[in-house]
Amino acid sequence: MEEQFAKLDIRKEENIVYKKTDLLVDRALSYCPGCGHGTAHRMLMEVLDEMDIQDKTIGVSPVGCSVLAYDFMNIDMLGAAHGRAPALATAIKRMWPDRFVFTYQGDGDLAAIGTAETIHACNRGENFVIIFINNGIYGMTGGQMAPTTLPNMRSSTSPYGRDVATMGHPLRMTELVAQLPGTYYVTRQAVHTPNHVRKTKKALRKAFENQKLNNGISFVEVVSNCNSGWKMTPVNSNKWMEDNMFPFYPLGDIKVDGKLVEKAEVTKKE
Amino acid sequence: MGELRLMKGNEAVAEAAIRAGCDGYFGYPITPQSEIMEYLMMEKPFERTGMVVLQAESEVASINMLYGGAGTGKMVMTSSSSPGISLMQEGISYMAGAELPCLLVNIVRGGPGLGTIQPSQADYFQSVKGGGHGDYKMIVLAPASVQEMSDFAKLGFELAFKYRTPVMILSDGAIGQMMEKVELFDPVPRRTEEELIRQCPWAATGKPKNRDHIIITSLDLDPAGQERVNLKLQAKYKVMEENEVRYELINCDDAEYLFIAFGLSARICQKSMDLARAKGIKVGLLRPISLFPFPVNPVATIAKKVKGILVVEMNAGQMIEDVRLSAGCSVKIEHYGRFGGIIPTPEEVVKALEQKIIGG
Amino acid sequence: MAKIKGDIVINVERCKGCEVCIAACPFTVIAMAKEVNGKGYRYAIKVNDECTGCTNCAIVCPDAVITVYRAKVTAE
Repeated sequence: MEEQFAKLDIRKEENIVYKKTDLLVDRALSYCPGCGHGTAHRMLMEVLDEMDIQDKTIGVSPVGCSVLAYDFMNIDMLGAAHGRAPALATAIKRMWPDRFVFTYQGDGDLAAIGTAETIHACNRGENFVIIFINNGIYGMTGGQMAPTTLPNMRSSTSPYGRDVATMGHPLRMTELVAQLPGTYYVTRQAVHTPNHVRKTKKALRKAFENQKLNNGISFVEVVSNCNSGWKMTPVNSNKWMEDNMFPFYPLGDIKVDGKLVEKAEVTKKE
Repeated sequence: MGELRLMKGNEAVAEAAIRAGCDGYFGYPITPQSEIMEYLMMEKPFERTGMVVLQAESEVASINMLYGGAGTGKMVMTSSSSPGISLMQEGISYMAGAELPCLLVNIVRGGPGLGTIQPSQADYFQSVKGGGHGDYKMIVLAPASVQEMSDFAKLGFELAFKYRTPVMILSDGAIGQMMEKVELFDPVPRRTEEELIRQCPWAATGKPKNRDHIIITSLDLDPAGQERVNLKLQAKYKVMEENEVRYELINCDDAEYLFIAFGLSARICQKSMDLARAKGIKVGLLRPISLFPFPVNPVATIAKKVKGILVVEMNAGQMIEDVRLSAGCSVKIEHYGRFGGIIPTPEEVVKALEQKIIGG
Repeated sequence: MAKIKGDIVINVERCKGCEVCIAACPFTVIAMAKEVNGKGYRYAIKVNDECTGCTNCAIVCPDAVITVYRAKVTAE
């Protein structure tokens, strides 16, 4: 009888329980094999699809690995200069208050060159979503040190490991912006296991629903691997991320509905 | 007759922006132009027309706010002075590359570096020859009065959207601060969403089902594609050169000598012209109003008829290079200017004409 | 007698062989092919019929190459 079950063909339209959303352009992604960007893009597009706001969304892409995000996301988008996406988004949302506006940025974009734009958009309490992909390295330009590179972590510009005495400590932007009254929802997620992916999607959905409330910035950080920059296989890089990135960048909600979450929840690990 | 007011140059350009239907101003304070944003904040244009006014955290943020607004088809502007305009150069290059319209106002002050807060004309090269990286141009208008500060705001927006280009009003600290009579034009209502989408089908406003998604970018990693972008831009600039030259000729019919000057220097030269003519010197004035596109043909034509040209500009000699290129012939061309915020007197300009052009 | 049966279809030309799906599958349905696709990547393939259509693989795939089917089936 098992044999009979095994041979039954269920590949029919009505049996589809998961397929790629139409809000992802039908083309190959330019990201490295195993890179979290692809998964993050997909969760974002699924949220916009389910909320049926494709025609009301304007996105702003960064400079970095996801500089070509606008080629993959089937929505109207603007490619910003390095670090400046929150400035673009500020103007767009203020002049198009009924649109859903988001920025999608990497760690160099958001926490190095764009620090002022990030902090001030959060401080002003702008009403858009900031999506922050943190992989602790500069991928696109060849693996240089980022503001979020861990202590002692090797990169092409810290070949002997990040020396905090001369290079400073890594920056936890997410905790920083959570202190500002202008941020309404601040959370840190991951996309390397199915459970984490589902949680990230929930977080993104919450962020975009929040935009209807006009209560300030929803800031979603996604800690991701960068197997190319870290010089590992995708599966190994996800393990390394769990062992090294998550202790420094703990997952979970940091601020919900305008209130900081109690510390005990923040350090809970999956 | 439109509404008459006694206003500062800075105030006039701000009031004109509201009346022209501007959607958003994003700027940062710097002397001597902060009155532009101060006036806008006082006027509460959000209540008058729905225009957004936001003080940004820097000039860098300001120009990128313009990029965002312009990319969605909105009429946006900023203002700054020389060092702040330097900070905006990357953003201007991006907007030129992405073919986005905007209005920029530079109330030029003495430089280089932090310089001084008094007027100068030393940003000609920065505005007309680049400033930002890459092969691009923008339309540059040089007002010489508070009236023109108002008129060029409206004209500037029209040209910006006609050509999908940044447009700069290149003014200076004196014109920004001086008070003169202005006849203000009747307000034009801000565009509705439908009008905007009709006027700007290229803008990223939210993808409806009946078209592909729109991407606003200045990036094309395929060299052939990037070359096509550049060819398109160059073709556009040729059209601007053919159609948007603006200049003024005063007393040139019988002129044996010529002043060429823009903005504040042109006002000084007008007085110098009176003083010289009283002495029997037949001198005229060619005042370029558009610095890009430069009035190449008018300069070439008149250069053949006069015995000498004095280019008067408050810098070390910038527009004079374009005068020399345009004149092309062997007429004597010399520069006179002061730096660091010093404004030349009409008398010293006449003396320079006598010594450098007539005497020499 | 009814049971839940799942199936996956992998777009092998878009698969980059990252193997994250293999780690995500609870039933070892997926393994790497020995062959490579047009881009030179080894790609993921279904190696048995134990798929339940849980969608874990598809959810975690960075390149969205997996389509998942699930149906309640009865055998005659």
